[in-house]
Amino acid sequence: MGKRVAIVGSGQTYHKSARLDVNGIELIHEAVTRALEDTQLTLKDIDAVVIGNMDHFEGINYVDTWSVDGAGACLKPIFKVTTGGTTGSTVAMAGYYTAASGLFDTVLAIGWEKNSESDTTGAIITAFDPIWDRPAFAGAVAGLAVEASVYMHQYGVTEKDAARVSVRDRRHATKNPHAHLRGEISVDDVLNSPMLSYPIKLLDMCPRTDGACAVIFAAEGRAEKITDKPAWVWATATRHNYVYIGDWEPTAGLKTLESASREVYQKVGIREPLKEIDVMELYLPYSFAGLSWIESLGLCGKGEAPRLLWDGVTDMGGELPINPSGGVISCNPIGATALIRVAEAAMQIQGKAEQHQVPDVKVALATGFGGCFWSDIMIMGKQIK
Amino acid sequence: MEKKDYLTISSGDQAQPFEWSVGRYGSRFLTELRDHKKILGIKCPSCGKVYVPPRKVCGRCFVEMSEFVELPPRGTLAAFSVLMFSFVDPETGKERPVPYGYGYVKFDGADNTFPHFLEETDWKKIKIGQRVEAVFEEKRRGHLLDIKHFRIISE
Repeated sequence: MGKRVAIVGSGQTYHKSARLDVNGIELIHEAVTRALEDTQLTLKDIDAVVIGNMDHFEGINYVDTWSVDGAGACLKPIFKVTTGGTTGSTVAMAGYYTAASGLFDTVLAIGWEKNSESDTTGAIITAFDPIWDRPAFAGAVAGLAVEASVYMHQYGVTEKDAARVSVRDRRHATKNPHAHLRGEISVDDVLNSPMLSYPIKLLDMCPRTDGACAVIFAAEGRAEKITDKPAWVWATATRHNYVYIGDWEPTAGLKTLESASREVYQKVGIREPLKEIDVMELYLPYSFAGLSWIESLGLCGKGEAPRLLWDGVTDMGGELPINPSGGVISCNPIGATALIRVAEAAMQIQGKAEQHQVPDVKVALATGFGGCFWSDIMIMGKQIK
Repeated sequence: MEKKDYLTISSGDQAQPFEWSVGRYGSRFLTELRDHKKILGIKCPSCGKVYVPPRKVCGRCFVEMSEFVELPPRGTLAAFSVLMFSFVDPETGKERPVPYGYGYVKFDGADNTFPHFLEETDWKKIKIGQRVEAVFEEKRRGHLLDIKHFRIISE
């Protein structure tokens, strides 16, 4: 059995569409510096580093090697993890595993991306099979649009229902100084925005962002010395389920998220997630995911999510606030995106979220989503478990 | 410094060509498509599922497959979108022309779907469950795009 591990602090850049004033090393350095400030640690306290992004967005390989000045990893153990959209959550899981191993007490996990440096859709396509998938594929937007077509067909869900998700996330983002898009939008704004890939319109979709995030994990015995408010990692799970795009089962719901969530619920004894979890930071890259995927998480029955959204259940002040940070629809530095979910969930438990703090959070859940339909989950709590 | 003072350096137009192995199973599919306008699937001896394109392993059963099955070039539309935004196609380095229809076709007799272009680009005219048929290119080269697109048919 591994050691119990907590998140003791984190740091983020102020995420923007293009940070032309810094290169990758300097962007990473900003997030690492803020995480050290947040925890009152110095580099000497860091025993190992895990870092990740998606090489094909910048066209520069081996970030574990070239980033060490900014990552604070000179002459330290460092390795890279890259799993597509889930990179940030996989970096978090690798940080957790490393600290839980008993070999390293304090581990720095870093996710970053400079999406401004390439055509994001073109780069995403290169992650797919060149013979069977690439010729007709149009990246994340098309893959998700196809999922939305099935969800609408099966349950009669509308584009207006989906727009409510964007409205919520963008409203929440107005309280988060680190979010990229901080202007409030209306349902009509979403419905009237340009069509990208039917039924997804511009304001249904996440932006592309430059940014970095760093999270510090510490093992039991060390974590309590760093902070009196550690966010204890209770369980994690990851799921992949197919190779070629056409093997995706065309029925509503994210099967990998359903499977991963049931594993963590069972591990920590959660039966009614809507009642027992206080806040969620979900990797929702587009509006329809905020409906279909919360059904996959077991918050309600299939096709019932629109009711939860319209009733305000997932708004700040609702029974289960989702994405107090503004989520991915408001901010998306891809290799950092899922790590930001983990950092924000931990901030909610630590009581550090300031203007977007949910009162009295005891249990928080973060997710990561990848390319076409793989999932990561991390659940954490105020109590050690 | 102001925003206009920050420099960027372009990678330019250079290309890095790759030679991807299609393998024994995929090569047979593309050869049959090129020479005979035939669609080949493969059947799992354990779960009985038929996959298009053919591949060696059924991932769920983790067994090797060897029974090729010929399928009609027709099927049912399982999911779709219509692309309206353009992007750099990494296969050509140029903007991919839009609008284009994108559909997941379940060939009759297959258990998975086959993503490809749709002829129709008006999303109001496309419905899940519609019958579709492959339209082949006149000149074929042993490539996925030897199928030009799928067109909606009435049966």
